[in-house]
Amino acid sequence: MIRPFLFFRYLVLLLLLTGATRAYCQNDLLSSLERQTADSLRPTYTTATFKGTRVINGQSVETPGAHTLLFLISHRFGQLNSGAYNFFGLDQATIRLGLEYGLTDRLAVGVGRSSLEKTFDGFLKYKLLRQGSGPRAMPLSATLLATSALSTLKFGDERTGVRRLTYTYQVLLARKISPALSVQLMPTLIHRNFVATSNAQNDVYAVGVAARQKLTKRFALTGEYYYLLPGTTADQFRNSLALGFDIETGGHVFQLHVTNSQGMIEKFFVPQTTGRWWQGDLYFGFNVSRAFTLGGR
Amino acid sequence: MNVLLMLLVVLPAWLAVPLKYTTRTASISFFSSTPLEDIDAHNRQVGAAFDAATGQVAFTAAMRDFQFKRSLMQEHFNENYMESERYPKATFAGRVLSYTPELLQQAGPQTVQVEGDLTLHGVTRRVRVPGTLELRGTQLLMQSKFTVAPADFKIEIPALVRAHLAKTMEVTVEAACGPAT
Repeated sequence: MIRPFLFFRYLVLLLLLTGATRAYCQNDLLSSLERQTADSLRPTYTTATFKGTRVINGQSVETPGAHTLLFLISHRFGQLNSGAYNFFGLDQATIRLGLEYGLTDRLAVGVGRSSLEKTFDGFLKYKLLRQGSGPRAMPLSATLLATSALSTLKFGDERTGVRRLTYTYQVLLARKISPALSVQLMPTLIHRNFVATSNAQNDVYAVGVAARQKLTKRFALTGEYYYLLPGTTADQFRNSLALGFDIETGGHVFQLHVTNSQGMIEKFFVPQTTGRWWQGDLYFGFNVSRAFTLGGR
Repeated sequence: MNVLLMLLVVLPAWLAVPLKYTTRTASISFFSSTPLEDIDAHNRQVGAAFDAATGQVAFTAAMRDFQFKRSLMQEHFNENYMESERYPKATFAGRVLSYTPELLQQAGPQTVQVEGDLTLHGVTRRVRVPGTLELRGTQLLMQSKFTVAPADFKIEIPALVRAHLAKTMEVTVEAACGPAT
């Protein structure tokens, strides 16, 4: 038997409860929805650690996305200190034309041709680890790079094809510290099948560091330095240093920079840099890339 | 005894509280068309909820779940326009205007007006959009089509690409919600 008084108390209590929830319903519905969907948040990968696939001379952790074809024009003028007669280097030019294609979002292949030593190069690049946020996310990105370069210059000697090959292996480790600042570390091994003198090293080890600091959404400062580990190559050559900036406009990325290296692939700028910054042996240059999307995702 | 009585009284009343409908796989797509370029993207992992008692509506969408045909566009969308690192979500909390629960008992899609707060790129604006509601079996279907102007949400478009992007984006929202458990 229900006592009318008790029933009335429960009814009042119930009305109060439903009344109370109804008053905050608008916020409640969204916040309960957000609570429900919070656990479905998957780890999201950090994007655009660097604007382009190159920091300046060297490669960045970035690859073209799946089915994206990138056309790269890299260009270096002559030395700035070569005098008015050479129009401060602008009379001379070395160039590399390159194509890169993303087979997947993580794997890319590329080919290129440098005017320096008439060199063909090809590479494979794989994003092994991707920095992200959310559960079990990686704190940094790691990209593996393997390149080979074939010089087709007519040397005085009869040089076989095998002797003209140089290989580069890099582990690119990068972290986007904030939306504006990214840093990268590049342990590097270069193997030259043939070196001209007996005391030159076939294997050259180097460690590179690079950074990108955005000044606005589409404009960033970049820097890149390769330190040659002690050895005869380090004694005879300079460490490569490049400073520049990136400008992004839709499908293009423009990179303008000065560097003491003339070549634009690893086999040139890591072990064969001769320019001295403090003497003005500097090359002004630019990289331009254009992305084309082939097929759907 | 008292507890049992309370349960007997409260339980039927509690069960009778009308249903909430919800889903995690609603979709939002947007479309921009100019003579130079068409841009479209979709997100099929949108959370949506509807309170059939009060007519309250809520949506939440992760910006990074918007998929574009071109990966570079997707990167620019997150990096340069939406700033997804700072503003990871877009949300909507609103209600169906002049709503009564009887509306759902009518067959076919019912045309309604929805008013509420749309938060995008960290900017919240009160908007009113047209849409339809339909209760089909146990599924509650919501559909809406409206336009959003990036400028209203402080989304900057540089002069160089202004001709490639329409002044307003056409947004389509579709949700099939099941009863909330």
